[in-house]
Amino acid sequence: MASEAPVRHADSLLDVERTFWHKLAYYGRFLWRDRGGVIGVLLFLTVVIAALFSPQLAPYPPLEQHLRDSKTPPAWAEGGTWDYPLGTDTLGRDLLSRIIYGARVSVTVGFFGVLIAGTLGMVIGALAGYLGGRVDTTVMGAINLILSLPYLLFVVFIAAILGRSLFNVILIFGITDAPIFARVTRGEVLRIRESGYVESAIAAGARWPRIIFSHIMPNLIGPLLTLATFEMSRMIFYEAGLSFLGLSVPPSIPSWGNMLSAGRQYLTAYPWMTTFPGLAIMLTSLGMNLLGDWLRDVLDPRLRRARG
Amino acid sequence: MLRYFLVRLGQSVLLLIGVLMLVFFMVRVTGDPARLMMPRTASPEDIEAFRQAMGFNRPLIVQFVDFFSGALRGDFGDSLHFKTPALDMVVQRLPATVQLASVGLLMAVLVGVPIGLIGGFSPGSAVDSVGRFLALMGQSIPNFWLAMIMILVFAVRLGWFPSFGRDAAHSVVMPAFVLGLPVMGQLVRLTRSAVLEIRGEDFIRTAYSKGLEPRTIYTKHMLRNVLIPLVSVVGVQFGYMLGGSIYIEHIFSWPGMGQLLAQAIGWRDFPLVQTLAVFTSVVVLALNILTDLAYVLIDPRIRYGE
Repeated sequence: MASEAPVRHADSLLDVERTFWHKLAYYGRFLWRDRGGVIGVLLFLTVVIAALFSPQLAPYPPLEQHLRDSKTPPAWAEGGTWDYPLGTDTLGRDLLSRIIYGARVSVTVGFFGVLIAGTLGMVIGALAGYLGGRVDTTVMGAINLILSLPYLLFVVFIAAILGRSLFNVILIFGITDAPIFARVTRGEVLRIRESGYVESAIAAGARWPRIIFSHIMPNLIGPLLTLATFEMSRMIFYEAGLSFLGLSVPPSIPSWGNMLSAGRQYLTAYPWMTTFPGLAIMLTSLGMNLLGDWLRDVLDPRLRRARG
Repeated sequence: MLRYFLVRLGQSVLLLIGVLMLVFFMVRVTGDPARLMMPRTASPEDIEAFRQAMGFNRPLIVQFVDFFSGALRGDFGDSLHFKTPALDMVVQRLPATVQLASVGLLMAVLVGVPIGLIGGFSPGSAVDSVGRFLALMGQSIPNFWLAMIMILVFAVRLGWFPSFGRDAAHSVVMPAFVLGLPVMGQLVRLTRSAVLEIRGEDFIRTAYSKGLEPRTIYTKHMLRNVLIPLVSVVGVQFGYMLGGSIYIEHIFSWPGMGQLLAQAIGWRDFPLVQTLAVFTSVVVLALNILTDLAYVLIDPRIRYGE
């Protein structure tokens, strides 16, 4: 982004010079004031680190069976041992290791799903907003209608047909989630186009690359980044749900939804097999929602004021 | 206004045609619908016989016209599992899902709106904190997991509610709560921010300055303006709940459309899945139009298309 000082946006930090480090320090101070944001960032980083460094962090390979130690409860419960901090499943696989590896599926689905949906949606939304008129009315009418359909039902339907694979799940979310990105992008493009500073830039003789890259794009990043965070959390949620119905990654891959699904029949006898994978989903989702709330506050100065 | 609703109706019909095309082509996207719908162990002869019986060997356009005209007459073919008309099976399951969604929505409104109101009138209070926590949790807890934990605690350990089925009158409490929790959180959020916004409006200040009783201001000026927009949210959410109860019905063995969908997918009964998708879409779209209509009737300020 523009790190040279003279470019002053309407939402500029006023007296603070906009160098990278100043900005970082500024956001850091903001973060510290918002405890929810701190928790969100920490939870998010934990999940990403777990996904990136699963082999280093996990005490056991996720598929390694210790049949003699099967159904071991968590360490602090009666009969538990610190060899398996969160206990083991019916095949004696270490739950902690499987949860750490499970983060890989969730993070992959969330990241690539949002990447595809965001790219598709941005292109559609920007075109609709830029072209305006008939195209805009038609595209946005269609998108609003599509968004009113029962989403979960269609995702389950499509997943059941395409079959269990990571690629299919990413593809499904990437396509079905694009309309939301399109709607937000289009709204922001309209708002920015109508705003005074774009008009001034045109009046000052700026040509379109400059208008798009230094006036429109930087102002799009905030809302889209916030949306991406919420949508990523939603995708992680839905992926776990599909896994739970046996419609996501194959059962041989450790994923939180697969673990929940496998543990369900032992719910009363060995509750830890469902409790911990579920907690992992919840904490991830919680973290991303908190992160999203915080990003919205920080990146949207209008809201920052409203919050007081 | 009539014009607006005719346009809405027309758009919905167009979308339904789109949905019909989607469900028709979706089961053919892998190339062989017969293999998709037969058990994995089926012999090639069985699959071929099935293909003949279902008419999958006919030209695609013939199949589509057949499917489409059938759908217009309310004929979606027979369920492979039940061997009876698929639409009948789906309609049978509607009351249970409507009951579940209604009770869930009622809980969400009865808890969410008052907490949101209090939160908006006294931000930072204890009730406000509870509300914000509720909103966050409603957004973050996976409903399929919450359902299992509630069964574990309230059905197995405490024995307060039955863990599955729809036999007892209070069977509905747990699944409805789980289904309603995200809506509850959203209502808290929306009500709260609506109150905060309206408190700063000019007409409220005017009302105070002309010496009206605070109670009159609360009920006549604020409450109405806060609650009316919620009507449309509640209508849309009801639609989402009807189509989003799959996991909950599956876990609680609640005999509604969601459970039927989970079962139909397990049976590879795709005619039934197609019917469920189309039927639920029709119900949801109709609900959205009705919600819009109700909204116009309640709020005199809105006159579409004028």
